[in-house]
Amino acid sequence: MKKIGFLMAATALVAAGSAHAESHEGRATDGHLNIIYWQAPSLLNPYLSGGTKELEASSLVIEPLARYDETGTMVPFLVDEIPTVDNGGVSEDLTTITWTLSEGIKWSDGTPLTAADAVFTWQYCTDPESGCAQLSNYNDVESVEAVDDRTIKITFSVPKPFPYGPFVGAQSPIIQAAQFADCLGAAAPTCTDANFAPIGTGPFVVTDFKANDVASFVANENYRDPMKPAFATLNLKGGGDAASAARSVLETGEFDYAWNLQVEPEILNQMAAAGQGTVVSAFGTSVERMHVNQTDPDPELGDERATVAHPHPFLTDPNVSRALSLAIDREILVEAGYGSSGQPTCNVLPAPAIYASTNNDWCLNYDPDEANRLLDEAGWVMGDDGVRTKDGERLSILYQTSTNSVRQGTQALVKQMWEEIGVETELRNIDGSVFFGGDPSSPDTFQKFFADIEMYTNNFDGTDPERYMGNWACAEIPSPETQWQGSNMQRFCSEEYDALVVEFGQTAALEDRAALAIKMNDMLMNSGSIIPLVHRGGVSAHSNTLEGVLMNEWDSELWNIADWTRAE
Amino acid sequence: MFAFTIRRLLFAIPTLLAISFIIFAILDLAPSDPTGNLPLTISPEVRAQIRSSLGLDEPFPIRYLLWLKQFFINEPLNLIEGWTGWTLGDGERMRVTSWATRSPVVDLIIERMPQTLWVVGMSQVIAIVIAVPIGVISAYKQYSWFDQIGTFVSMVGFSIPTFFTGLVFIVLFSVHLQWFPSIYDTNHVIDSWDSFVFQIKQMIMPTMVLALATAAQLSRYMRASMLDNLQQDYVRTARAKGLTERVVVMIHVLRNSMIPVVTVIALNIPTIFGGAIITEQIFRVNGIGQLLIIGIQGADIPLVQTLTFIFAVLIVLFNLIADVLYGILDPRIRYE
Repeated sequence: MKKIGFLMAATALVAAGSAHAESHEGRATDGHLNIIYWQAPSLLNPYLSGGTKELEASSLVIEPLARYDETGTMVPFLVDEIPTVDNGGVSEDLTTITWTLSEGIKWSDGTPLTAADAVFTWQYCTDPESGCAQLSNYNDVESVEAVDDRTIKITFSVPKPFPYGPFVGAQSPIIQAAQFADCLGAAAPTCTDANFAPIGTGPFVVTDFKANDVASFVANENYRDPMKPAFATLNLKGGGDAASAARSVLETGEFDYAWNLQVEPEILNQMAAAGQGTVVSAFGTSVERMHVNQTDPDPELGDERATVAHPHPFLTDPNVSRALSLAIDREILVEAGYGSSGQPTCNVLPAPAIYASTNNDWCLNYDPDEANRLLDEAGWVMGDDGVRTKDGERLSILYQTSTNSVRQGTQALVKQMWEEIGVETELRNIDGSVFFGGDPSSPDTFQKFFADIEMYTNNFDGTDPERYMGNWACAEIPSPETQWQGSNMQRFCSEEYDALVVEFGQTAALEDRAALAIKMNDMLMNSGSIIPLVHRGGVSAHSNTLEGVLMNEWDSELWNIADWTRAE
Repeated sequence: MFAFTIRRLLFAIPTLLAISFIIFAILDLAPSDPTGNLPLTISPEVRAQIRSSLGLDEPFPIRYLLWLKQFFINEPLNLIEGWTGWTLGDGERMRVTSWATRSPVVDLIIERMPQTLWVVGMSQVIAIVIAVPIGVISAYKQYSWFDQIGTFVSMVGFSIPTFFTGLVFIVLFSVHLQWFPSIYDTNHVIDSWDSFVFQIKQMIMPTMVLALATAAQLSRYMRASMLDNLQQDYVRTARAKGLTERVVVMIHVLRNSMIPVVTVIALNIPTIFGGAIITEQIFRVNGIGQLLIIGIQGADIPLVQTLTFIFAVLIVLFNLIADVLYGILDPRIRYE
């Protein structure tokens, strides 16, 4: 029912947006737009800051060649068509891709956008001294050439079945070569003016930027569509917290759009009842999941703690993990902590739709009896104190996550649910900047994983899961030898899986890639080393007088701001 | 007095150097990482490159000395250049640069100063204006209904935290009555009567929230100090001389009672520059307090280091000022 409601709201929005687009009168006729990002942007150059807030704010000004729309489909922005193998834009051997810029696109200062700007952007980000946060978008790029003023040819060092890393999506916009010419490499941070007010091809131009506070914009006179954007001026204010940002849109009506409203669903619904605005959500690839440690985190093991030398005493048994998963009522977790921004899921790869497996849906059925039966069968005997034991080992789990009120709520609920099947749980939470900080000298990082189970959310940029699924290769296991770097937190290792990772990198056809991704997802689920909990979406709110908002989790939420209008 | 002031100022130098070292060491030892808040989609190799571009792979003493040089040599030179228009040396010098914004920390602080001074400064002024008369009257008419109400209100102001009063104010005045904006507009320019009225409107709530808390504290000090002095022999003498009650209370007693209150006020002044972390967040005043908390959350060490050090300087300075004021208010106190 919830899903249907959401779909209907989305359809209504689309209809409203397109109906209005015709009646709206032209550029800068709809006055002022007020947006609140409670985490304010620190600068407007996404290459120097990997944060989402900077990506989103800069997307008002600078643009990539193509963006992802709200369904995750690529749409051309600065080009007329997306190059593919079929239209000849991508070479048969998958090593080059050629983009052709649309005719007549200008920077906001009136100078033409040329292929040289794209070449410069690549050089800017790949300079080893610049510390570019979006470097991974240019992975395996051998060269970017300007064939002529409008033709950009990207050559990869290996065949790229998905060649849309560079210059696609909010993570990889094109910056102006003329403005950033003196900002290469180590000089990048010294260009404060350029980092605060980049010149772009997007619908708005920066007029004033106060770091971590407020940014002001006016409509770009040189924007390619003479009728857009509808708003003449725009303010992006920051600061405070998510709840008060929601209030400023839903209750006081001071703002038109609020981003990332991670507020308890109860409170958000109450605010929405005031009738000033609408809560919108969209789903991307984020999954709140538990990683189940396959190695023994016992402190007595010293330096070999949580390394593959010592398998976990009981969590390597897929039946134990399956029991733990069955004993979790995901609906309750969603209801308590996520509301419309969450859906129960049984896959670590839940989207886009073609990659989503349906083979693990057993986990959606909350079934403590089956969980008890599995544990009985595995030889875990219920003790007098309500905790199961086997060969003197207690079924006791240390469960850690980052500090965050929703996560601590989930922890408490799960502890209770597991108590019912005779599992003893000790809870622990660690400050996010330490947990995710990756400092090899800290014992509390998620890579070290000195616990039995840890919970957090991860996702991937764009729509291609190749790199994401590669996270669980054996070589990605964090260990003292790798200075505790790596993305295979639960230390899952299978030769068969590694072979699939290699195969993925060589498969071009979309259907085959989808089949591979599903197979890999299912392998992970069957191993019991990951327990997916909630497919998380983004939640924002907009005023009822604002039309054209198409909530997007695949790109910047402000991706189509040129089409936003004020209702009469 | 002059020699005393100079001596204290000279003593302050090693104290402040020690403080700056301790702050730097604590920040360095704290297990936080400037790339810790980035999305997980950014790989560890890229994070390592970002850290090295921030200079984090240099050893601790080098980074500390670099900060000292940037803060004590480069920044003052830069200020002098800005004021006079001269070019000293080649004009190219590394300033203290924030990691999150990649811009000079001092520029950020200057940008934040106006709203903090307006809101927090005004709240201190209002607090004093409210607290002193309440304290005086409460003490003079001890146990009267005025005193009882004053005691009640100050206890309320003292015990309810600003994050609660702030929210109550917003729900009442912004959501229900819609009198005042709940979000402070830092871009607002005062150029007409209407815009001045708007400035007052947007300042009222944060200012009053802070003023209530400070006034509660000050009025209690004022009342206690007045009560002490009203019992003194010199008061009886003054009355016996036939002085009017007004002169006795307002001149003899008040001046003597101000001594401890002035200390409290002087020691409160550094907090004006420090901003009000919680209140600034609630009303989005985005002044110094909000800058500090964002810096701490984002592990922006140069920013936090510079801000906390400036606070340390202000605290040392205003302690000295309070001592000097003692001497002016009470001629019996002499520093040799």
